Amino acid sequence: MKPINQKAWWLVLPVFICVAFSAVLPLMTVVNYSVQDIISPDRRVFVGTEWFAAVMRDEELHSALWRQLTFSLAVLAVEIPLGIALALSMPARGWQASAALVLVALSLLIPWNVVGTIWQIYGRADIGLLGAALAWLGVDYSYTGDATDAWITVLVMDVWHWTPLVALLCYAGLRSIPDAYYQAARIDGASRFAVFRYIQLPKMRGVLMIAVLLRFMDSFMIYTEPFVLTGGGPGNATTFLSQYLTQKAVGQFDLGPAAAFSLIYFLIILLLCFILYNWMQRVGTADPEGASHE
Amino acid sequence: MFAWMVWTTPVAVFFCCIALMLIGMTVWEIKSPTLLRKGFLPIATTRGDRLFIGLLTAAYLNLGFIGLAGKLAEWLSLEQEPSIWISFVISMAVLVLILRRG
Repeated sequence: MKPINQKAWWLVLPVFICVAFSAVLPLMTVVNYSVQDIISPDRRVFVGTEWFAAVMRDEELHSALWRQLTFSLAVLAVEIPLGIALALSMPARGWQASAALVLVALSLLIPWNVVGTIWQIYGRADIGLLGAALAWLGVDYSYTGDATDAWITVLVMDVWHWTPLVALLCYAGLRSIPDAYYQAARIDGASRFAVFRYIQLPKMRGVLMIAVLLRFMDSFMIYTEPFVLTGGGPGNATTFLSQYLTQKAVGQFDLGPAAAFSLIYFLIILLLCFILYNWMQRVGTADPEGASHE
Repeated sequence: MFAWMVWTTPVAVFFCCIALMLIGMTVWEIKSPTLLRKGFLPIATTRGDRLFIGLLTAAYLNLGFIGLAGKLAEWLSLEQEPSIWISFVISMAVLVLILRRG
């Protein structure tokens, strides 16, 4: 048997220390916070699973979670088809292709809080283009006063910001299809739709899955844009999970419930990351089911 | 030095168990390397994958139980909410099942 040199493990030590300081120790502290009622640094009471029970039965949290899920699914329902359509209509080669790529990628370069500010001004009836245009058309639109308007504005903002990511991923998928497939389709006299349904869509399966999971996870953790745009309002129509958590921890200083809630949130994200990781491992392998059966 | 972490005994025990599991898995891996295999889970897994999936499932089971404990007490007309130890035992059984058959 070949001897194995285990000394390389020492090279991992710096990373290990960094991760311990930045992630493991804080996480352990959060777990400690989640089982105690901390009145002051010297006065704390062990409460067991009470905060978890309180959080799991919190009606406001349930509505924030539903709002969050609805939002994330709406994001997917709009961004994925739109991204595919955009990728299909982008030029395949030449300088037009490069120009289109740069133009499409522009919104991805803008920081989250700036996106929020852009849309905040854009939607205002007095100085914003969108708000003023809608007012001119006679549409009663106010993202600060009307819950539905606020919700739609946040959704449109996310679509504007992130559809390019889906489009770029799909574009990469499309470019990797060999010309032979298209030639075969032409010989068979396949329609435009048949080419899309039986060649392009199956070939984009891998990148699409990554796009779906990335967009789902990112939108699930959305915080800055709605915070800047609507501040979670009106009422709590656009208060998504992260913002609800921040309100609890920073606004009301309910550290125990906030810690319990963070851990639940962490578990949800952990599950999603695990699924994403497994998908990415499987994409492109010869065995799409990923199973080496015994 | 670690006073800011406001340690409690149960949390310390919990993290000690996790650390022991990781050490145990490492030693086991060195003694006899794991094989990728397919059990009842939809993907082929190694020993470490199954431990992760099992622990995650156990966490979700316990959380679900805590969330439903009030309702359970109501449905079964219990005087007080069922103990968290019930879900703990169930989740550990599920963990073992996933480790062995997953």
